[in-house]
Amino acid sequence: MNSAKERLVNGIVKENPTFVLMLGMCPTLAVTTSAINGLGMGLTTMVVLALSNVFISLLRNIIPDKVRIPAFIVIIASFVTMVELLLQGFIPFLYDALGIYIPLIVVNCIILGRAEAYAYKNPVIPSLFDGIGMGLGFSVALTCIGAVRELLGAGEIFGIHVMPESFVPVSIFIMAPGAFFVLALLTAIQNKVKIAGERKGKDMSKIQSGCNSDCMNCGDTGCARRLIDERKEKAGEGEKKND
Amino acid sequence: MNDLMKVSSNPHVRSKSTTSSIMLTVVIALLPAAGFGIYNFGPKALLLILVTVASTVFTEFAFEKICKKKITIGDYSAVVTGLLLALNLPVSAPWWIGVVGGVFAILVVKMLFGGLGQNFMNPALGARCFLLISFTSIMTNFDCDAYTGATPLAALKSGESVNILDMVIGRTAGTIGETSMIAIVIGACILILFGIIDLRIPGTYIVTLAVFVTLFGGRGFNWPYISAHLSGGGLMLGAFFMATDYVTRPVTKKGQYLFGFLLGILTGIFRIFGPSAEGVSYAIIIGNLLVPLIEKVTLPKAFGKGGEKA
Repeated sequence: MNSAKERLVNGIVKENPTFVLMLGMCPTLAVTTSAINGLGMGLTTMVVLALSNVFISLLRNIIPDKVRIPAFIVIIASFVTMVELLLQGFIPFLYDALGIYIPLIVVNCIILGRAEAYAYKNPVIPSLFDGIGMGLGFSVALTCIGAVRELLGAGEIFGIHVMPESFVPVSIFIMAPGAFFVLALLTAIQNKVKIAGERKGKDMSKIQSGCNSDCMNCGDTGCARRLIDERKEKAGEGEKKND
Repeated sequence: MNDLMKVSSNPHVRSKSTTSSIMLTVVIALLPAAGFGIYNFGPKALLLILVTVASTVFTEFAFEKICKKKITIGDYSAVVTGLLLALNLPVSAPWWIGVVGGVFAILVVKMLFGGLGQNFMNPALGARCFLLISFTSIMTNFDCDAYTGATPLAALKSGESVNILDMVIGRTAGTIGETSMIAIVIGACILILFGIIDLRIPGTYIVTLAVFVTLFGGRGFNWPYISAHLSGGGLMLGAFFMATDYVTRPVTKKGQYLFGFLLGILTGIFRIFGPSAEGVSYAIIIGNLLVPLIEKVTLPKAFGKGGEKA
C-alpha cells in the first residue's frame, strides 16, 4: 500500500488530483492557457507538494493536533515563498506567465489535502512519493488541458505551430470558458475509459478512481465492494435474529 | 363503446399539437425572414442556411446513433436551431462557421445536457455567442456584395443618422435573418395565430426596451431614434423567436412578464452603455440562465394553499 511505485501510480492515475479528486480547480482553470504554462504550474506545485509532505511527515509527531492546520500552512507558505523567489530569479518568463497563481499555491487544496490526508499519518518516504505522485498527476492533467487549449485556441503546442495555415484559431479556448469546456471534456473521456474498463471486467484496481475503501462516505452505489458489505451486514442481522 | 371503458392515467385532455407540429410551424414562420435574407444577400445566404441546418440535424443524428439513443431528428427541433443560427450569421461568414456553430449548438448546448427540453440555454444563441467570442472579426464583418459599412445600430451608436424605412423593410447590412422587421413580424403573426407563442414575453421585452431607450438613450422621446432601436439589430428575431423558446423561458405567467422586462433592461444596457452596438443575444442567454430563479420567485400558490389565516 505504501510502496513508492504504488504512491506514484495512485497520484497519476487512481486519484489524479484534477480529473478524479477535482481539487485545485483555481490554477487548473486559470493558468492552462498554454501547455508550457500548465507544465510549469504543475511542476512548481509538485516541488512544493513533495517538500511540504516530507516536512509535515517529519514533524507529524511534534505538531499538536489542535493547531495542525496553521502549522501546515506555515510549512507550505515557506516552501512557496522559496519556490517563488527561485522562479523569479531563474525562470522569469514562467514567473511572469503564472503571476499571482504562484503565491496562491499556498491555498491550493491539493497540498493541504495531502498534508492532512496522507503526510500527517504516514512515514517520510511514502509521503515524499505521495507528493511526487500527486504533483506528477497534477502536472500531467494541467499539461493536457493546456495542450488542448493551446492547440484549439492558437494552433500550437508548446509554442510550435502544428495546425495547417488555413486553421483559424478558436480563441474562446484560451479564454475562461474554454478552460471549463476542456476540463469537462477530458474528465468525461477519463470516465468513459474507466467505465469501458469496468464493463470488460478488467482489474479495476489499476484504472478505477477514487476508491478509498471508505464506503460510508462513497456515493458509488454500483460498487461491488459495497454490495458485498451490505450482504454481509444483512446476513449478520439475520443471525442475530435467529439468536 | 369500448373506448369509453378504457382507463388511463392523467392527463385526460390532450391537445393535438405535438413537438414536431409546433417545430414545423416555427420553421414555416421563419421562412419569410430566411427568404428575405436570401433575396437581400444573394445565393450565398441560401448556401450558409443549408449548411448550418444540415450540420445541426446531422450532429443530432450522429450523437444519438453513437450513444444508442432514440433518434429524434424527426421532431424538427434541430432544424429550428440550425435555421435560427444561420439567420444570426453574417452572409460573409465562410461555410465552416455554420458547421462549427451547428455542432456546438446541438452537441454542447443541447445533447450534452440531455437533448430537447433539457437545455438550459437556447442552443442557437449559445452557438452564436460561442462564435462571436471565438471568431469576432468574422462574426462582425457585415460587408458583402449588397452592402458595405456599418450596421444601422453601429451607425446609430456612432451618432450617424439612419434610414428607418430601409430598416423596416430590411435593406441594410446585418446578419442574414435579422434585417427585415416586416418579414420577421409576418412570421411572428403566423406563430401567434397558431397559438405557438403569445405576446407576453415579446411585448414586455419590446416595450421595456423602448422605455429604457427613451430614458437613458440621451435623446429623450425621439421617435426616429426609438424606432431605429426597435427595428434594428436582432431585437425582433430575438424577441419573437428566441426569447419565446419553450424550453428556456419561464413557465409561469408572471415569470414571463418578468423575463421580458429583464431582457429589455439587459438589451438596453448592452446597447447603450456597452462597447458593442448589439446586445440581444447576450441579454437572452443571460435571461435563460436566470429562468430557474425567476420561476422560483413567481411560483403561483397552489389551489387551497395560503389565503387568509383563520
